[in-house]
Amino acid sequence: MKKKLALIAVAAAALCATSMPVFAGDDLITIGFAQVGHESDWRTASTQSAQAVFSAENGYDLQFVDCDNDSAAQLEAVRGFIEQDVDYIIIDPIVATGWDTVLTECEDAGIPVIVIDRTIDDSDKYVSWVGSNFLTEGIACGEWLKAYAEAKGIEEINALVIEGTNGSSAQIGRTDGFNQVAEENGWNILDSQDGDFTQNGGQEVMESYCKSYEGQFNVVICQNDNEAFGAMDAMKAAGVSYGPNGDVVLVSFDGNRPAMESLLAGDLTAVFECNPLAAPDVEKVIQQLEAGETPEKEIYMVEGWFANEDVVSSITIDGEEQPVTQMTQEVLDARAY
Amino acid sequence: MSNIKKLTSKRLFLPVFCMLLVMMVNILFDLFSGNFPFSFFTISVRNGVLFGRLIDVLNRGSEIAILAIGMTLVVSSSAGTDISVGSVMSLSAAFCCMLLAGYGVSSANELAVPLIVGVLAGILMGCFCGAINGALVAYLNVQPMVATLILYSAARAVGLLLCNNLIVYVRDDSFKFFGGFCGFIPTPIVIAAICIVVVSLVLKKTALGLYVQSVGINKKASRIAGLNSARIIFLCYVVSGLCAGIAGIVAASRISSADSNNIGLSYELDAILSVALGGNSLGGGKFSLAGSVIGAYTIQAITTTLFAIGVSTDQAPVYKAIIVIIIVAIQATPLKDYFRQRSAKKATLKGGAVR
Repeated sequence: MKKKLALIAVAAAALCATSMPVFAGDDLITIGFAQVGHESDWRTASTQSAQAVFSAENGYDLQFVDCDNDSAAQLEAVRGFIEQDVDYIIIDPIVATGWDTVLTECEDAGIPVIVIDRTIDDSDKYVSWVGSNFLTEGIACGEWLKAYAEAKGIEEINALVIEGTNGSSAQIGRTDGFNQVAEENGWNILDSQDGDFTQNGGQEVMESYCKSYEGQFNVVICQNDNEAFGAMDAMKAAGVSYGPNGDVVLVSFDGNRPAMESLLAGDLTAVFECNPLAAPDVEKVIQQLEAGETPEKEIYMVEGWFANEDVVSSITIDGEEQPVTQMTQEVLDARAY
Repeated sequence: MSNIKKLTSKRLFLPVFCMLLVMMVNILFDLFSGNFPFSFFTISVRNGVLFGRLIDVLNRGSEIAILAIGMTLVVSSSAGTDISVGSVMSLSAAFCCMLLAGYGVSSANELAVPLIVGVLAGILMGCFCGAINGALVAYLNVQPMVATLILYSAARAVGLLLCNNLIVYVRDDSFKFFGGFCGFIPTPIVIAAICIVVVSLVLKKTALGLYVQSVGINKKASRIAGLNSARIIFLCYVVSGLCAGIAGIVAASRISSADSNNIGLSYELDAILSVALGGNSLGGGKFSLAGSVIGAYTIQAITTTLFAIGVSTDQAPVYKAIIVIIIVAIQATPLKDYFRQRSAKKATLKGGAVR
């Protein structure tokens, strides 16, 4: 009986072994994608972009793992991809450090790794990083404000900033970029506090601002959409008018759908996008690798700047002229997310 | 002298004193920065609603105060803490918003079910979670920390599932009421006040308060004396879940959405801290509901003060910790005993000199 069982087991193992090459035999490029999680609309858009680009119709086989914001699970997922012997691995690293060992394993297995969105700080054993330049976003915001103030005849700028989670790359980049322009132009930044990238945080900080700096501010910069929604509620309660027709210029970063809708409705004055659709750029990198070329190490995604009014048509960042799009229903409808 | 002594010997003296101490910081700060020294305490009517830092403290502290009510009962009856309240808040909010918006909808401009149905369902979900915790603790004798740890980790995840992993927005003005304004008073203040009054009336006018304390002091003796100890503990956990449900609705209404990842995040710790700041022993037994509520508002007063002073937010937790240490130290029994002895010594010395 035991012998029979053993025979069956061997046969099954042999079957599995023979069936494996059949799977790998077709021409699909297999890609493992270890995503951060699903904590926001932005993240969902990022996932959907990957699923759309790396579809079977386009010649890909995408192995998607949602790591639920658990960095240990993410390491496991990457090791799983090595085991499956995928052709490429895409990682959106939950944490910036602790990657060297597993990336060395990828290198030993000969699997190229592409990092998107967040960064890896303690290893350079990946092919490319594709993501947003938060510093540019901050500078764009500053440059737009400068042009907007000139066009509208606003002489003095007294800005309040609601920052994102302290120490996050988005907070650092956006703060540095905006402060850089603010310093050049001698703007007065009254205060800059942490709203933790949440609506409740933005609301609480703005409530406090409305009391501390009553009647002293004319610009509010929120480092993401949710904080901007919170700030709107707080200003509404305190009787401060905002947006293109109000007393306060209200600016947001990220640009998810709800924020773009409020921009169109005239609640926000301007929105500086943080593009979640990294997959098309990643596909370019993969195609370069397939063709035997060496892609660039750092690839910044194209991002859009949007305003409610058609006052500023373009801004100059690092000597490069970039358009500012006026938000209309058509523009909104044409957006992918 | 005797009047002061009478005042200082009151049980609530120290919690109140600590809260005032925190607020005093603002007077000093405003004085030194050349502002009107009492600007923290000024309340005005702006835009048709109450406006002022004190209102902020009362308004923003509502959720913690509501949670503190349930937490006090749980601590008193079972000598343990309910660490699931923050997650249960999130789950109640998610359930409520999911019903109001409809499953799978991420942004709704119209309510899918009547407002009252969604809100009651959310609150009932809180009670249900409380009942699970209560059953585990009271009938299965699971340690409170372990029993509530289950929902601490699970409730938030269930909320995310209910919301299809999205932030569900309910953009309907009627839903905004619970986190908005009731006349010219912020509604959360009214809701917190109602919760506090109702629970304290029930505790005072019925024997329930006494039962809870006696179960907390000695569960076995209470049972022998004829109390159904297990049922009373169970009930306390249900009340804690109910409070979490109400707090969850308030928190969701404030931002007119169910942000499952962030609603009630680490609120359980603030709720436990407010029970402790209120001078209650975490070992169970005698409790003061008023103390816990004052503790809750003290925590919010610290936060609001740090905002007002403009302490940069990365340093804020350090200041918060320092203040909490001071408050806890002031209320510590050895320190109290030391001061009592010292004043007694002084009194005898004085007495000797006169003689």
